[in-house]
Amino acid sequence: MRLYAFSAVCAIAALLVGSTLPWTITPMIIGLTYAIAALGLSVMFRAGQVSFGHAMYACISGYTVAFIAREVPGADALLLILAGVVVSFLCSTIIGLFVVRYRGIFFGMLNLALSMVLFALLGKLYHLTGGTDGLRINRPTLAGFTFDRGEYEFWLLGVTLAVSLFLAWWIQRYFKSGSGEALSAIKTNETRLEYLGFSAHFVMWQGYLVSAAVVAFSGALLALVQGLVTPEMGNWLRSAEYVFIIILGGAAHAAGAFLGAAGFESVKLLSSAYFPGLWQFILGFTLIVVIFIAPSGFVGQILKRGRS
Amino acid sequence: MEPLIKTTDLYLAFGGVVAAGSINFELHRGERLAVIGPNGAGKTTFINICTGYLTPTAGKVYFDGKDVTAMTPRKIVRMGLGRSFQLPQLFTEHTVSQCIQLATARRNRRLSWFRPLSATVDAGEVDETLRLVGLSGDADQISADLPEGKRKLLDVAMALALRPKLLIMDEPTSGVASEEKHGLMQTVMHALEQRKVTCWFVEHDVDIVAQYATRVAAWVGGAIVADGPPDIVLNDAQVKSEVLGT
Repeated sequence: MRLYAFSAVCAIAALLVGSTLPWTITPMIIGLTYAIAALGLSVMFRAGQVSFGHAMYACISGYTVAFIAREVPGADALLLILAGVVVSFLCSTIIGLFVVRYRGIFFGMLNLALSMVLFALLGKLYHLTGGTDGLRINRPTLAGFTFDRGEYEFWLLGVTLAVSLFLAWWIQRYFKSGSGEALSAIKTNETRLEYLGFSAHFVMWQGYLVSAAVVAFSGALLALVQGLVTPEMGNWLRSAEYVFIIILGGAAHAAGAFLGAAGFESVKLLSSAYFPGLWQFILGFTLIVVIFIAPSGFVGQILKRGRS
Repeated sequence: MEPLIKTTDLYLAFGGVVAAGSINFELHRGERLAVIGPNGAGKTTFINICTGYLTPTAGKVYFDGKDVTAMTPRKIVRMGLGRSFQLPQLFTEHTVSQCIQLATARRNRRLSWFRPLSATVDAGEVDETLRLVGLSGDADQISADLPEGKRKLLDVAMALALRPKLLIMDEPTSGVASEEKHGLMQTVMHALEQRKVTCWFVEHDVDIVAQYATRVAAWVGGAIVADGPPDIVLNDAQVKSEVLGT
């Protein structure tokens, strides 16, 4: 309950900050899209699996938004988000059939390979995708309203916050549900799962779909706030950043993705402000410190404190 | 009545080593079979074939009258076969009661994406299973933190929560201190009696075999060399020299 209240207060605070300091809106939305993507990836972490290719689902979703916005002028932003998520989800149902058979490094690398195939295709099929320059997205209507740029960004922040709260709430419910607990049993004992009558592949596939759908939300929102999609959205380095955020925040609770993203963005912001040119070094150093001091991430530490 | 397990001419070799050489075997309802034999005799391989983990080169396995030779473990398990392992196979990051809840939820096909696991299963049923094996006091412990004897019991309890017709236990007392072995077997056998479960267990301790089995089968070199009531098999000359070493 306290966590719900705290999350709601944070969301309202973000809206207030956004309305008084409009320049903070875009960074906040981008930070939140990172958090949502990391939230999706944390589902895979629960199964003990690390994917270095999940940015492909953000990318598929983002390009779907751009394609539809180009072909169907006047399509509403909410509809675009929904379409992006649906297309990404459908792709994951097929890709999932293959990748859920693998574990550990093979799972991680197979996802990476597939995401880089997509990355290369998007860069090469210039006449369709605009190549490495990507595709522009004209500002769509939002919930039927035509806004100017400032209003549009403010309300997009509202949508992003609502999506974040909803997904965090749902993923946390999922973690504690029968399917979610079975998913985390993949991490500890697949043999026992099979001998209880579960299909480990099916359990993993379900988790993979949940994970891809959540990442897809982040891609659609990112496309809308930037008004631009580029193949970089699907680069494996982007996937690696999601992994970084989860290690920072921890996967024991849905809040980890948000704490991790806040940590990640602050380190990036502060180090580029005070030590420009050194921000990657500082990011790497932060990761080492976190792995040594809090191997289960921020939420791992908080939960441990709460228990003792 | 149809035998619970029946195998016909079951054959499997690993390279040149024959792990199962044309085994014809039947297990009937209500039996308590103890399987004895030296290391490498094929006892666990036979379990692995009967539970679908390994596929034999030749021969058939029938469970409860149905051909299960090419089935996966999960399908056979859903038909009513439970298994515990020599090394307990637990969900080591879950609590004891969560382990039982997962088994119960799977059996009832109540796996929600949304409702908490504990709300999808009947708490009374989970408690009853835990009480049956004497783990009620450890319900909230993380399963990895249990002592070995309790880990063994939890492994059995997870299989029992499926309400199986047959429970196969691979060395239920291995890794347990010798003074605890009888207590553990008493608990398990009492639970099986309560739930009317037929049982087949691999065991090295002759005292335990003599006390808890109604039938003994001796394995040597991938074949059954003796099969019958305990007092006869345990006094068989070949069993004495090749299995018991007396």
